[in-house]
Formats: sequence, C-alpha cells, structure tokens
Amino acid sequence: MKLELTDLEDFARGAAFLGTGGGGDPYIGKLLAQHAIREFGVPTIIEPEDLADDALVFAIAMLGAPTVLVEKAACGDDIDLAIDKLSERLGRRPDALIPIEIGGVNSTVPLVASARTGIPLVNADGMGRAFPEIQMVTFNVYGSKPTPLSVVDEHLNSAIIDAKDAKTAEDLVRSVAIQMGLSVITANYPVSGDVVKKYAIKHTLTIALEIGRAISQGRKEGCPVEALVNYLRSTKYYKHCKILYDGKITDIKRETTKGFSVGFCRLEPLSGSGDSMEVVFQNENLAAKINGKMVTMVPDLICIVDRETAEPVPVEALRYGQRVKIIGASVPPIMRTPEALDIFGPQAFGLDGPYTPIEDIVMP
Amino acid sequence: MRIGVDVGGTNTDAVLMDGRNVIAAQKTPTTENVSDGIVKAITSVLDQSGKSANAVKCVMIGTTQFTNAFVERRNLVEVGVIRISLPATRGIPPMTDWPDDIRSVIGSNFEMIRGGYQYDGRLNSEFDEKGFREAVKRFKSRGLKAIAISGLFSPVNGEMEDRAEEIILKEIPDCNVTLSSRIGRIGLIERENAAIMNASLAALSVKIVASFRKALADLGILAPFYISQNDGTLMKAEFVEKYPVLTFASGPTNSMRGAAYLSGIEDALVADIGGTTTDIGMLTKGFPRESSLTVDIGGVRTNFRMPDIFALGLGGGSIITTEGDLKVGPKSVGYRLTEDAMVFGGDILTSTDIAVAAGYADIGRKSHISHLPEELIAEAVERIHHIVADGIDRMKTSADLVPLILVGGGAVLINRDIPGTLKVIIPEHAGVANAIGASIAQVGGEIDRVFSYDTVGRDTAISEAKAEAISVAVEAGAAPDTVQVIDIEEVPLAYIPGGAVRLRIKVAGELNLDNVVRAE
Repeated sequence: MKLELTDLEDFARGAAFLGTGGGGDPYIGKLLAQHAIREFGVPTIIEPEDLADDALVFAIAMLGAPTVLVEKAACGDDIDLAIDKLSERLGRRPDALIPIEIGGVNSTVPLVASARTGIPLVNADGMGRAFPEIQMVTFNVYGSKPTPLSVVDEHLNSAIIDAKDAKTAEDLVRSVAIQMGLSVITANYPVSGDVVKKYAIKHTLTIALEIGRAISQGRKEGCPVEALVNYLRSTKYYKHCKILYDGKITDIKRETTKGFSVGFCRLEPLSGSGDSMEVVFQNENLAAKINGKMVTMVPDLICIVDRETAEPVPVEALRYGQRVKIIGASVPPIMRTPEALDIFGPQAFGLDGPYTPIEDIVMP
Repeated sequence: MRIGVDVGGTNTDAVLMDGRNVIAAQKTPTTENVSDGIVKAITSVLDQSGKSANAVKCVMIGTTQFTNAFVERRNLVEVGVIRISLPATRGIPPMTDWPDDIRSVIGSNFEMIRGGYQYDGRLNSEFDEKGFREAVKRFKSRGLKAIAISGLFSPVNGEMEDRAEEIILKEIPDCNVTLSSRIGRIGLIERENAAIMNASLAALSVKIVASFRKALADLGILAPFYISQNDGTLMKAEFVEKYPVLTFASGPTNSMRGAAYLSGIEDALVADIGGTTTDIGMLTKGFPRESSLTVDIGGVRTNFRMPDIFALGLGGGSIITTEGDLKVGPKSVGYRLTEDAMVFGGDILTSTDIAVAAGYADIGRKSHISHLPEELIAEAVERIHHIVADGIDRMKTSADLVPLILVGGGAVLINRDIPGTLKVIIPEHAGVANAIGASIAQVGGEIDRVFSYDTVGRDTAISEAKAEAISVAVEAGAAPDTVQVIDIEEVPLAYIPGGAVRLRIKVAGELNLDNVVRAE
C-alpha cells in the first residue's frame, strides 16, 4: 500500500476509531507524520507476506500520558536514536519497522520513523486496536518478548531494558518514562519476519485508511455512521459489528489508580426514556453494558463516535451532554484464543468474565 | 447606568440599563465605519431615555469584528512565531497544518528555541536567551511588528514567556507581543495557533478599539468601556487591544447570557432565532455549557472556550418551498427580508410571512398574504415548531423538562409549546438580548494546572486553585463578595502515579462599578 500526504487525515481518523477511546491524540500523530513526509518523503510500506522469515523487525511507539503528549510531541531525533540504540544492542539494524498498535498516535509514529530512517514499514500491527500496556501484544501472547527494548526522551537520554517477562518490562519502562517526563519513544519487540507473518494483525494500515475514507465519504453522503459500519462489515476482522447504542452522555466518573485513568460513562436515549448504557474504560473502552448486561467486552472493539459526524471521541474528551453512537466490533480470531484472553481479555483488566464474543451476545 | 452594545455583522444594538432594568433599546444597521453605527445606536437610547452622557458609568461592547476579519482574511498583519520548547516538539513545527491562503497573508516566519517546562512546572530545558534574541533580531530585520510566543507547558509555568516578552520589547519597542499562556490551555499546537491568530489581528485591534473609543468620546461618554469575551466575562479595552482573539464567539455567549438575565432563569435551553439561523444552547447557572470538541476557526484548529451551540437553518428569513413536501429553509432571504418577504411587498414566501399569517406577529402588511391557503399556513407553522423541537431534543442532556427561552428577532416564529420543554418564554426586549448579555457580562478568573492530589490532597488543591482564580477575578475588577465558581473540571493524568490531576477552575463575579474610574 501507499500512504500519501493527502491520506493522513483519513488515516488518523481511522486510527482514532481503532484506538477505541485510547492510544493518544491522533491529531498530534497526524501533524508529526505530515511534517516528516514533507521533510523526508513518503515512507515505503511493505506487505507482511513479503518479509523474509529471518528479517529483523522492530516495533516503534510513543509511550507516556495522553495529556502530556498534547503539549510535548516527539522531536524526531529521539525516534532515530531509539532505533539506533536497539540496533546497537542487537548488533544489527532492523530490516523493517512495525506499529505496536494501530490505534491512536502509535499508528502514525512508525510512519514518521520509517520516513526519517528509510527503513520500510510493515502493513500490520501487534494489537489490531490500542491497548494500554506493552505486554498486551500478540507477539507476546505467542511467545516473543518485548525486550531488549530502548527508551529515549527528547533530550536524547536513553535506557535499554531487559526483563524476565513482558509485564516486568512494562513496569520498568513505565518507571523510566515517568522519570523522562512522560512522553518518550521506545523501540521494542525485536522479532523475526516469520513471527510477524504468523502473529501480527495484518493489513491494518490499509484498514485504518479505509475506515477514515468510509467516514469521509459517508459525511459527503450524509450518513457517516452507516458508511463506517458498512465498511467494517466488509472487513475480515471487524465484520461482526453493530451499533450498540444511540444516546447522550448523562454521567462520567474518572479515577486514577496506579497511574491509569479508570472510569465509566453512562448514557441515556435521546428521547429520555428507554434502556441505559454504561461504558467502562481504562484508557481504552473495555466494556459496554445495556441495563447492566454486558453487550461487548474487551478485546472486541467498543468505539464512541459523534452521532452526526462519526468523529471518534477519545476517553479524555468525553463530556456530559455529548450526543454519540456506540459501535461494537469483533477482533481477529488470533486475539480471541485462551492465551490471548489471558493477556488482554476481560479478566486481565479486572472485569468479570468470561469473555463472550460480540456476535454471540443477544442484544436486550 | 450602563450601556450594552452588540456590534454584529448585520446589526448594531444598544441598550441602556439601570440596575436590572432596561431603560431603552435600539437596533441599527452595522456601518462600514463601525463607530458611526455605535454612535447612532447609543444616541438613540440616550435620547429615548432623556439621560445625559454623564449618567453613563460604564459601557460594555460585544463584537464579532475580529472573528469575521480572521475568517475572511481581512486586515491581518504578518506575524513572527517563536516557540520555546526545544528539544521537544521539533517534530511539529508551528503552522504545520494551516491553510495556504492564510499563510500567504500572515507569512511563514517561525523559529524554534531551546527552553520550556515539564507537565508539573519543573524545568525541561534552560531558556536559550541568546538564541531567542537572535531570532527576534531576524524578525526585526524583516520588519515584523507582531510576534506570537508559545512555550512548552506555559499555562503551568509562564516565566519563560514573560521573559521572552521583555527581550522582544527591548529589541522592538513598538512590537505587538502575544503570549500563548494568556489565551489558551494545555495543548501546545492549539494554544500556539490561537496566539498566532491573535498576533495577526494586532493592527485591526488597535484600530477597532480606537474607533470604539472615538465613538464614545464623540458622544461625550467618558466612562471606561469593556469588551466581552467568549466565556461571558469582560476584558478591559486595553486588554482587547492586546488579546482580540478572546472575543471570538462572544456573540452566542452574549445572547444566552442576555436570555438568562431577561427571563431571570439560570438553567434553561436558549434558542436565538435570527434571520437565517437558530442557535440553540444550554444555560447552566446562567452560563452557556461549553463545547468539548476542538473548534476550527477559518480552517485553523484552536482550543478556545466556546459555547456548545447547535445551529439550525431556521430564521425569520427562511424561504418556504411548497413544491412536493413543504420545506422551511435552510435557504434564507437574509438581510433582504424587508424587500423580498411577501408582507413587505416582495414575492418570496418566508417564515416571517407565515408568522404574520398565523397571527403571531404584526410585521409589514397582512393584506399581502391574505391569499395564502389555511392548510399551507397550518402546515408551515407545524413544520417550524417541529424544526425547533428537533433541535431542542438534540441539545437536551436529560429527560427532565427545562424551560426554553426564545430570543432574537425571529422569536416571533414560535407561538406554541415545544415538546420536551417545561414552558416557552419570550422575555421583553428579546430582540436585543445580545446587547443586554454584553451589558451584564461579569469579570472572570481561570486556573488550569496540574496538581498532585497524593501530595497536597484533593481538597487543598481545589481550595488553593479556587482562591487563586478568585484573586485573578478580583484583580480584573470583580466585586469580591459576588465572585462564584462557575466550573470545576478534573482530569486525572493517565499513567502518572502520585495522583496527578489536571484541575481547571473558572470563577466570575459582578463588575465593581464603584471602583470604575472615569477617564477625565
């Protein structure tokens, strides 16, 4: 596939949708990519099928707090250095880069990295959506470690982290990020082409762009939400898809526990009477309940969009009185296996299980 | 006694107020030379009341001049932009996604310099004063007279921006300097954009404020005047000269605040029905509910405090079409109402004609529309009420019935109850609610900062921030005993342990008229 400067708007909007409320402000990601492409040209994007089995691939991501990110974006040199440091540690430069997640700002940061360094970017990612922690990646689910990984801040301070497992890596990288001012770049998951081909969620860059295009086209025709849902139904991964709810936000509660923003928002129908909806979030939307009954749960997608424009609404922008539609969608089978659910299923987020796929739940 | 003025794109309205009472009101067309219209409107309210210019203690003006100028790219000056943030944010230079047509007017002069703070106000990088001075000199050699400064996390710590202003004024004493920390919240790009917009209006703001000043002097009014900003609070004229961008979108705020004042109701829906559109908003404690979406103005993204408004294509000039299904609007005859509408002898059927035919309004000549069939009138009336009811439904946040206040010249279109509302109120002087909103604008103060709840505790953090916001308001001229908290917003910072919370507190109070000094 190819991503031109003029595609960025649609791509970032599609990525915001797949961010399911989290993943950081895609607007900042769009601007970063816009500038990088103007300065260095469009990145080369390769299909996962074209990777050699023994190719070396790095995931590249920005890590920090969304509220800090809107003020302090990457400088660029930090991205280059993160790749250099991990290459140095491994004694080898990567043959390709891959987004760790397709949701939010981390869908565009790898475009910047690829444009800057000339290293091709793989049309795939490790989450098929956005998740808050570094162990919540399919590569980890199926036996690859995120470490060694590099962390770099804008002052070009850097650290290499080795850890016994992915969760420990998450804890360590988080502590370093806090010290570094909560907006850092990390190169991680050094994996082989073979692992990418087996376990990555493939062609998600294309899907993000197509989602954004469907919304844009829908706006022209006056039905953006329908256009979005129709497109999702045509995809391999997100095809079990429904509008879970149409209403307005009547209550929002947020709490911070252990550094994560946890909370819920409650919705009522526009008419004022009828079934109520509750969405539970922790950086991303995790569960949607109608009258207390779970209708979609993580890892399936729960996306809140403006009911008129289909603009995805991030968790930090949720406000009392917003008029929204809530869309639920399936994720690929590789993300629904028992070992995957152990890492990012409902129980991994402290929710009551067991996981039930969206297509098996009868709406009340 | 005070005077409220609203300078809109079409009309300039003035009201003379004595305490809570509206003594006189006047609507006049806005003139090319703004001050002429103001003089005419104010002269009229003084004449009507028989009061002298001396009796006026204070003048409050609301204006859309600056918004219109930016959107239409008129009267803008070339701007120099200096961001103090390196090494952070180099990946997104200033004006990255600005439309070309505006860049061609205000230029692409920008520099990035080392400096800035962290999210909690700690130093991120030392301020490179030498590099900054050199950047200023480069702008000076290009003859730039307007400079916008944006510093990393400057809303949390504004010291470097303040220092930057000192340096600029030393190099270019007559430079117009805009500091981003004075106009925006956290969100570097949007705040910087607003600062650049503001700097581009530097010449116009001096001109407009001077024309306001001249109009008042011509009238013999020596009282100080204030200009209302988008959150329903006032700025001193001298401040508007420096920060005109803060007047953006003050129009809808003024009309909603005016509606609250005229009706005496603080929690209600407001529909401002003009000639072409109806703006529906929600009042909470007498202030409009703010929009949470980022706002594009003239193609530039900002994070201004804007009222959450739902605009409908319905107004007094809306054209009624009867081919196929009956339709009302969104096309409108606009300012040509008094020529094109049937009651004025024209041949276009408008919603105003329907209101007259239905007996709601007495405008123009009813004989011109005596030929309209009953069913058509009934259907159009039905349709008009349905459009408003639909808009109301979109803006409501709960099933509870709330009152609906109608203001604006087009309020006459509505004569029945609207479903979902408790009652429909059309207050007296509804047509000049804008000017009344300007006249009652309050003086505000706002704090937006990151606090560590684990260290200081939530209660202490809130009371500290509240006290600080109140002192900002009092310093700006609010009577201390009238200052109230308007809004508290807490957003926990994800991934930051230690209970770091971004806390925003907004307060407002009545202008202390006793302390208002006349400029003699």
